Amino acid sequence: MHSAPASLAIVFGVIIVALSIASGLIWLERRLLAVWQDRYGPNRVGPFGLLQVLADMIKIITKEDWVPPFADAAVFVLAPVAILVPVLLTFAVITYAPGIAVADLNIGLLFFLAMSSLTVYGVVLAGWASDSKYSLLGSMRAAAQMLSYEVFMSLSLMGVVMLAGSFDLKTIVDSQKDLWYIVPQLPGMLIFLMAGIAETRRLPFDLPEAEGELVAGFHSEYSGMKFALFFVEEYLGITLISILIAVLFLGGWQGPLLPPLLWLALKTLLFICFFILLRATFPRPRYDQLMSFGWKVMLPLSLLNLVITGGIVLATR
Amino acid sequence: MGATVQENGADLELLRELRERFPGAGFAAEPAGQSPPTIWAPPEILPEVLRHLKSGAAQTYATLYDLTAVDERLRRHRPDQPAGDFTLAYHLLSLERNRELRVKTALAGEKPHTASIVDIWPAANWYEREAWDMFGIVFDGHPHLRRILLPPTWEGHPLRKEHPARATEMPPFQLPDAREVQEEEALKFRPEDWGIKRTHDDTDFLFLNVGPQHPGTHGLLRIVLELDGEVIVDAMPDIGFHHRGAEKMGERQTWHTYIPYTDRIDYLGGVLNNLPYVMAVERLAGIEVPERAQVIRVMLAELFRIASHLVWYGTFAQDVGTMSPVFYMFTDRERLFDIIAAICGDRMHPNWFRIGGVAQDLPRGWEELVRDFIAYLPARLKEYDRIVMQNRIFKGRTKGVGAYSLADAIEWGVTGPGLRACGLAWDLRKRRPYSGYEQFEFEIPTATTGDCYDRAQVRVAEIYQSLRIVGQCVDNMPAGPCKADHPLTTPPPRERTLHDIETLITHFLQAGWGPVMPPGEATAAVEGAKGINSYYLISDGGATPYRVRIRTPSFPHLQMIPLISRGSMIPDLLAILGSMDYVLADVDR
Repeated sequence: MHSAPASLAIVFGVIIVALSIASGLIWLERRLLAVWQDRYGPNRVGPFGLLQVLADMIKIITKEDWVPPFADAAVFVLAPVAILVPVLLTFAVITYAPGIAVADLNIGLLFFLAMSSLTVYGVVLAGWASDSKYSLLGSMRAAAQMLSYEVFMSLSLMGVVMLAGSFDLKTIVDSQKDLWYIVPQLPGMLIFLMAGIAETRRLPFDLPEAEGELVAGFHSEYSGMKFALFFVEEYLGITLISILIAVLFLGGWQGPLLPPLLWLALKTLLFICFFILLRATFPRPRYDQLMSFGWKVMLPLSLLNLVITGGIVLATR
Repeated sequence: MGATVQENGADLELLRELRERFPGAGFAAEPAGQSPPTIWAPPEILPEVLRHLKSGAAQTYATLYDLTAVDERLRRHRPDQPAGDFTLAYHLLSLERNRELRVKTALAGEKPHTASIVDIWPAANWYEREAWDMFGIVFDGHPHLRRILLPPTWEGHPLRKEHPARATEMPPFQLPDAREVQEEEALKFRPEDWGIKRTHDDTDFLFLNVGPQHPGTHGLLRIVLELDGEVIVDAMPDIGFHHRGAEKMGERQTWHTYIPYTDRIDYLGGVLNNLPYVMAVERLAGIEVPERAQVIRVMLAELFRIASHLVWYGTFAQDVGTMSPVFYMFTDRERLFDIIAAICGDRMHPNWFRIGGVAQDLPRGWEELVRDFIAYLPARLKEYDRIVMQNRIFKGRTKGVGAYSLADAIEWGVTGPGLRACGLAWDLRKRRPYSGYEQFEFEIPTATTGDCYDRAQVRVAEIYQSLRIVGQCVDNMPAGPCKADHPLTTPPPRERTLHDIETLITHFLQAGWGPVMPPGEATAAVEGAKGINSYYLISDGGATPYRVRIRTPSFPHLQMIPLISRGSMIPDLLAILGSMDYVLADVDR
């Protein structure tokens, strides 16, 4: 274990880095989308428009802190917190590099799954407390979507758990020394990726927000800093899923020459860009199509993956 | 729409048939050569006559194309027309036989009554509401005779001649808080007003107000949805938020100065809107448009069709959630606008057509600009096909969604790509060529099932056909004048103004007051980007029109929303709206 000051440094380091990445992603996403959409994106404030995020933050912080008169005020204020905290907590159990982790939990993966189940509460509460029909429809969609995609999200990870024989993220990374799990667990990874997009409610699975249909879905009524929390949560979620993919399937910090932390960052960035590319590319399926895709295609596939992996593990042991 | 000898023959035959069928009733026909052929029927038996014309007659007319009224009280030149204070004009169309007919009826009194024909043509619903809203004509038996384009609190009926046309004729507009509250209250949706129950078998329906400010409605449109979960039980469109009184403005502008207003009817169509108006005026004045002007008109009209379809393409992709295509297509449209600006001097609303021709000849070097664009676009369209039309999620969202049958389309007055997606290759440019379209080679794209995907496919294919037409314009642009040599053209010809005083005086009057059109009526229609767009003009021998009726395609299309969205889900509604390609300015005028 680290000394107390070192632990504190890691805790704050993780929070600060995670939050800066989340805000940095706003810039990255806007610039990348612009590149893919034949336009410039924010390029005026600071070098390459990097300070745009700062300008946006100042703007959003100084906005009126408004609670709609028809909303359930207490829940309305708490919902953004309820959605952000579980995501932030998950960052605590990830081992970023040998020795760099807030908590080396031996059930780290389970902890992540538990926390990701909690975020749905934030979404549903936000929609419910807003007392607006669009928000309600959005949170109804969110509840159904996140609950169903969670089922096979956990199932898709069990293949990795079987191969590594542990729920501990550090052990999982260590066990990929010779072969990254992307090779034996490719179906698992693809399923986890899709479930991850659904969990973070990103296009093509952004039905709870669906700006063309539900205005902004569950957070239609939010503005100012409370709205920003939803925004930050979305980007934290993307980062989290990308880190987890890197850790679970791409050998985490492992890699030649470069320092471990940089390796993890590079692998994570790759998937973050992939998330953004998806947003630039895909249309949005309909609610019932999304559900039947989840239950009828993804769930059987993840079960099949589980059975086959189990069989191989049994046979080779 | 050009009248032919056979048509007038059929007209007389029809009159004979009607007189046999309804003995004793006074039918009359307007003089031969009127386009469309027009007959007068007495108001008492009008519903029966229309029912007969729809299904019983030897030559039936399946579509109610337009229904409008005219306030005749101040009109001076009405030879051979039955007396009356208001005239109702029912414009019928038979797509199958490519024939049309206008049935008029004369109504007497300040607050005339007549029977509704909603039970004959459900599409008459909105048209009758519009006639009530604008003229105060009461349609007995109409299920919901209430205002449609104007706010429910409006006083008076604006297209009546006693209603002022200018803001300066009315007291200054004020919106005190009390009035604002009152206006908002009037807009509140009460299901009971529409005969809708709030519950059914223990199910409480959710009423969702989509619009008038909503990212998916493409403008100021309000649709109240009755929802069971996310399933649409019923939909009530509420239009009129974009109403600018374009028809009333026609009665105070001169024939020439009304052209810019037409640009803005279907605001994505630009000069495509000028065309039916100037064609109708030219018909009134008897102007023959020179060949070069016709080809320039066709070329610009087709370029605007492409521009309009590109906007639709991108926004439709966005309606089903694809974010990027709209940027690509707007970039292409920007290139197109560069060409249009080089020719016309303006982008979206160039106001370029003139009575008798176009404003100016083509600039030097225009061929190269247009050729570059024709060479550039197809490769881009192929790419769009891959990212939009071939995308599996896109197909899942649009195939089998919002379908209507060909019979429904004919019944509800659907025209344009929405009609052709049902399998009927009916395009005005082919079936009733105007402005020289008969000389061009192009095909009419069709599809089979009439769902959202098919409508999209037809429009995409139409972009290619329009490119073909534009290519033929570039290759075969005739030489000659770009404006007719006729005293009623605008601006009037002035080559000889400094040679003799007579021409100078005429020019002075023409330029000052605008041309005076001979009294009469004229109708002209074009295949717009969204469907058939036609202008019905009445001249009372003045410098301004007596009545301007604009029949737009978006109006009947929007009326179908409840019919095709019942039973589908909220996201389907957005796909349906996107696939319809309406413009609210085109609906509300």
